[in-house]
Amino acid sequence: MSLDPVPAPQRRRMRGALSNRSFLVGLVITGAVILMALVSFFWTPYDITRLAVANRLLGLSPEHPFGTDHMGRDIFSMIMIGARNSIAVAIVAVGIGMGVGVPLGTWAAARGGWADEVLMRANDVMFAFPALLSAVMITAIFGPGAVNAIIAIGIFNVPVFARVARAGALALWPREFILAARASGKGKVLITLEHILPNIAGLLLVQGTIQFALAILAEAGLSYLGLGAQPPMPSWGRMLFDAQTRIAVAPHLALFPGLAIVVTVLGLNLLGDGLRDVLDPRLRQER
Amino acid sequence: MSLLQIEKLTLSIGGSQILRSIDISIEPGEIMGLVGESGSGKSMTALSIMKLLPPGARAGGRVQFDGIDILSAPEAAMCRLRGDDIGMIFQEPMTALNPVKTIGQQVAEGIRWHTGANRADAESRARAMLERVGLPEKEFPLTRYPHELSGGQRQRVVIAIACALKPKLLIADEPTTALDVVLQRQILTLLRELVNESGMSLLLISHDLAVVAEMTDRLTIIRDGAVMEAGETVQILSRKTHPYTRQLAEASTHVPARVAISKPGAGPSAAPLLEVEGLTRDYPVRPAGLFARASRFRAVDHVSFSIFPGQSVALVGRSGCGKSTLARMILALDRPSSGSIRFMGQEIGGRSEEALRPARRNMQVVFQDPYGSFDPRHRVERLVAEPLHLADEKPGAARRRDLVAEALEQVGLSPLDIDKYPHEFSGGQRQRLAIARAIITRPKLIVADEPVSALDVSIRAQILDLFADLNDRLGVAYLFITHDLRVARAITDTVLVMHEGKIVETGPTEIVLDNPRSDAARALLAAAPDLGLTLRKRLAQDTG
Repeated sequence: MSLDPVPAPQRRRMRGALSNRSFLVGLVITGAVILMALVSFFWTPYDITRLAVANRLLGLSPEHPFGTDHMGRDIFSMIMIGARNSIAVAIVAVGIGMGVGVPLGTWAAARGGWADEVLMRANDVMFAFPALLSAVMITAIFGPGAVNAIIAIGIFNVPVFARVARAGALALWPREFILAARASGKGKVLITLEHILPNIAGLLLVQGTIQFALAILAEAGLSYLGLGAQPPMPSWGRMLFDAQTRIAVAPHLALFPGLAIVVTVLGLNLLGDGLRDVLDPRLRQER
Repeated sequence: MSLLQIEKLTLSIGGSQILRSIDISIEPGEIMGLVGESGSGKSMTALSIMKLLPPGARAGGRVQFDGIDILSAPEAAMCRLRGDDIGMIFQEPMTALNPVKTIGQQVAEGIRWHTGANRADAESRARAMLERVGLPEKEFPLTRYPHELSGGQRQRVVIAIACALKPKLLIADEPTTALDVVLQRQILTLLRELVNESGMSLLLISHDLAVVAEMTDRLTIIRDGAVMEAGETVQILSRKTHPYTRQLAEASTHVPARVAISKPGAGPSAAPLLEVEGLTRDYPVRPAGLFARASRFRAVDHVSFSIFPGQSVALVGRSGCGKSTLARMILALDRPSSGSIRFMGQEIGGRSEEALRPARRNMQVVFQDPYGSFDPRHRVERLVAEPLHLADEKPGAARRRDLVAEALEQVGLSPLDIDKYPHEFSGGQRQRLAIARAIITRPKLIVADEPVSALDVSIRAQILDLFADLNDRLGVAYLFITHDLRVARAITDTVLVMHEGKIVETGPTEIVLDNPRSDAARALLAAAPDLGLTLRKRLAQDTG
């Protein structure tokens, strides 16, 4: 991860980005999933709140490209709405992580001394908890549901962003342009806003995409355990759980939600990987 | 027959032509100088000889080394050649060594790889080599790690690695640029001795004509990837027939024309602008062991001096002597352990950021590294206007733009540059930007920390002119921190010599530099390369 951002003119950077294969593939996949989620607000092939038991467990057909589930609901429509749920959870969870973690991390780097020490040790304690298990605990205490899942996942994103932001900021503070800003009488808050944040934005963006993928996985895990989004709201993890008992009869019930999770996570990881290369000219040259 | 014969070497990387036509030949036992400004293709020529070119580079022409055609040689043959028959020394001793291996391992590594010697033999050879470069085992056991050595010592390890297998050709790419003058002198002497002992050839790459004049037998001057002039060093530099050679030589001995200080308010009768008294800064040193007592390192030791309005003062000393720490305390970027700093009659030590505003407005800074001193994500307008944050009444957008444009004009840049990003400027232009940023609040004092040491000679001359000119026009006082006495001589009235945290000598620049009294000043002066002096000496040798 380079902290020497060499901003090429914007146009050249865009062209460089699009010629990076993993960035391009990641962008297309992520874009498709987000588009699917957005479209589901206005239109889905079938209304998934209407049960049609006569059509239960249908295989793949032109009418139902991904088949139907045990209550006759169209799986493709459920996956579209499930995408909405996954993305919403991930966005808010990563938002909580960034919103709390980045200010904490940059504050620790700017303040130094005991504040830094206390904060980073608290971070280490957080890292010592297995995140998913703790999320299970939180939802077990406060009750299952999408909101509690979001909060649980978000809390465990905080130390990740705090650590990345602090490391990035620490490397910038001794640089001469920061000294020059201090000699101009600018305080730590102003310097953090004007100089530190723009220069670690790339770092945070890359970490953001990785955390986004992890949040989607975590949400699927919680939903699978019945601790995430509650029915009738479909979610990919819950669809996997429902498919479990019928796996021998209708394997497609497990196949498509599983594929949705894998492809989305893969897309986000590719995007993060590509972004890192695009933002870091040094890594790109080593290819 | 020549050891190395380069004929019509061309090199292009991704469509841009780096080398146009380079011809160099080096005889066995000869020291050849390769001189040029940054971007002229010096390092790329060296890398072509080693065939260590970046991916996407296309080389043409011919490079013949000891009967081998390098450009068409397979990689396996090059691996045998590199480190065995051709050794290389890099500029930056901090990054040229592997931080997780001991110096013994690093020297022995090449010996084992190339000769197939066993560990014990390789180690004994490494020991002998390190001893030869001035790191005897008693003081510097083979088990030392690079971080336990100073910059000069590390460069000795790099030389030991390069010379361990008695190469036929040693390539030294700016080997002393990152070192202070005293270390530079030691390293150059060592290189010369090694050449004389083993009869190897040396290709010395440098931008410093004085160093090259002193060291080399022959000289090749390149510019924009093409040879400008080549021949006997003394002849080329004393005749200066080629206009570019003349330009380089003049730039490296350039002294800006300065109006004598007769400004009102100058002189000892006026109140001093800056008064430093008994200033001390201690740093805690990590205790060596669990039960060892924490000790302190005194970076600045009871320093006292004053600067008067409009005065230009040089602070000279070797690297690590505390110059930059002192500068940071004056700029209120670091807190003194004890002592006082009074600026315009006001104590600045231990004040709040708010109370420092008037002092900060009148005291600005220019740093060494023209690349690191700007936020790469901001445009010129925002960068140069940054100190305006200190103004009591923040200027409006239009006024701010005018002020920035005015400052840009004053440092010789175009007001049209206002919307550019820093990477669109060359090193010298960026240093002008840094100066523009420093003068925008009309300060009374500018602290400049090695402001020209990262610049090429011709750019350096221009920037020194600019400093001198601003001193005349705006009456700014300078505290010029440098290890280069030529810079001190060129533009300062008074010089302070610093050694191990203390000021050991003070006086008018000419008097101190012509008749140094302290050992530290004498050592600096004796080590400083001087183009004119060297040439006279060498000419006398040739005729005598």
